[in-house]
Amino acid sequence: MTPHSPARRPASSMTGSVARDASFPTRLQPFAATALALVVIGIPLWLVVATAGKSRGEALIPDLTPPTHWHLLENLGEVWSEGEVPAAFFGSLLVVVPAVIGVLIFGSMASWILARRATRLNAVLYALAISGIILPPAVVTVVLLLRQLGLAGSAVGMIGVYMGIYMSTVIFFVTGFVRTIPTSLEEAAQIDGAGPVRVFFHVVLPLLRPVLATATILVCLYVWNDVFYAFFVVGGRLDTLPLNLFRVAGAGLYLNNWHLIFAYVILMSLPLVVVFAVAQRKIISGITSGAVK
Amino acid sequence: MLTATDTPVPDRPLAPPPAPRGPAGRTRRKPDRTHPMWFMAPAFAILLVFFFLPTAFNFVYAFTDWSGFKSAIRPVGFDNFADLASSGTLFSALRITVVYAVLVAVFQNLFGLGLALLLERDTWVNRTLRVFFLIPVLMSALAVGYIFQALLKPEGSLNQVLSQVFRHHIDYAWLGDTRWTIVVVALVHAWKWMGLSMLIYLAGLKTIPEEIMEASRIDGASRWHAFRRLRFPLLAPAITFNVATALLGSMNGFDVVQATTGGGPARTTEILNIFIYRTFGQGLFAQATTMSLVLFLLVSLMAFPVIRILRKREEIL
Repeated sequence: MTPHSPARRPASSMTGSVARDASFPTRLQPFAATALALVVIGIPLWLVVATAGKSRGEALIPDLTPPTHWHLLENLGEVWSEGEVPAAFFGSLLVVVPAVIGVLIFGSMASWILARRATRLNAVLYALAISGIILPPAVVTVVLLLRQLGLAGSAVGMIGVYMGIYMSTVIFFVTGFVRTIPTSLEEAAQIDGAGPVRVFFHVVLPLLRPVLATATILVCLYVWNDVFYAFFVVGGRLDTLPLNLFRVAGAGLYLNNWHLIFAYVILMSLPLVVVFAVAQRKIISGITSGAVK
Repeated sequence: MLTATDTPVPDRPLAPPPAPRGPAGRTRRKPDRTHPMWFMAPAFAILLVFFFLPTAFNFVYAFTDWSGFKSAIRPVGFDNFADLASSGTLFSALRITVVYAVLVAVFQNLFGLGLALLLERDTWVNRTLRVFFLIPVLMSALAVGYIFQALLKPEGSLNQVLSQVFRHHIDYAWLGDTRWTIVVVALVHAWKWMGLSMLIYLAGLKTIPEEIMEASRIDGASRWHAFRRLRFPLLAPAITFNVATALLGSMNGFDVVQATTGGGPARTTEILNIFIYRTFGQGLFAQATTMSLVLFLLVSLMAFPVIRILRKREEIL
């Protein structure tokens, strides 16, 4: 739809409601929408930035006044060095990267078969596989299970738990997408004598790029920001960014140190915001095409 | 279920009709050779070990005295359930969780739909604002919770702004009211996720052909009438997805509540996952497991009717 859609034609021949339709609210809309966004999103975000830029004394009771002197970089630096951010950042990467890559590859492999072999068994397996989208994971007993497997508190255990939780999301999105891809390319490769592994990695996987982009951002979003599952599985053993924020925001160093809490929030949110800003258009179209059939 | 099977992919050429190619033996290959079942093995192994097995354990350890204070684990039957029920915790946590989930689903969908309708036209202002409304979706829910904890303090910014607007000192404790705080926390949760609902509603609105809207305009339908009669019914798949995910997802919520109220005041916002977190921290593993099982049963029991009702409504409209 273009800004000047064909609906905006002269109102002279139309009824009164059409004239009202096209003019006043339409012209008012950009201002009303911008004002709404500034109040609803702008104020909370400004509170974060302004408070993160204040000195300790000024930030004791966080408010919307701008800091008299900006200390933003100092505060970010203090959080970075004293809040053990580098370790937590590394911990987050250590868990998020393998979990996301693993869940995407294994999920896509399963989705390919589920989409291409429409048997009764596969219909049941598919329903089972996507049930995890809605069903809550058993957070307490997973700890016990990991202990029995010798994976308690380890990065491997955490990666496995995240893969188990988000496998459903990947299979849901990818299976739907595979069904829309014609089989002719796969068949051509098969006739040329390619085995299933070759066909999957050289023909199918590249075709899945749009849906994998969507699934990547969704799973990253959940895993990067997760604190609940991390608390149970690796709490106290391995630090991730949210876990670290959760721990220090309640404890001594950060008690009533809102400037440091919000500096931390900025540091933690930046990576995802940057990724999103770069790939924004692709991500938006991917997320929406999967959800609305 | 929420299948995405019929997703149209316009920029992809349609599948050509399967042309008879070469001798029949070469095209009609055995699926075991071309699409072997073992390809599903890693995904299902992970699901089995890290998702289904712990869930199965829930059904076992909820009936034991597993705790952090001793190594032996003995079966105790329904004692955990009886204890939680008799102390009133079970039903209050269930009630709070359901109330919270319903409030979140209502607010998140109202806000998301409102934003989608407001920002529907593809102007550059609207495209920019859509990205703006997606920032909270990207932020950690924990961070969002801390932001609102600061905003909603009795001496916080919201009360300062309200005091100036109404020229009257206001020091209401938004997060300290045993009756209304759960509504405030649900609003914060909806604030965080409304951008995602907006995106899905925008996609739903795009599926409605422009000709239909134009025809209704020519027929003299008012904006409200066109929305009510034409667009709302056609939005049904988007509503199904959004309501189901908001309702069932917020039952499994934790971060926003923990960071704003921590379950308080007087445990009036203690949803099931907050209870699980608290009792697990105290070493009462069996009680935590019992509540985890309750949450699982609650979500399962609600998932099927919720999705069926929403699907049925889609068919009627």
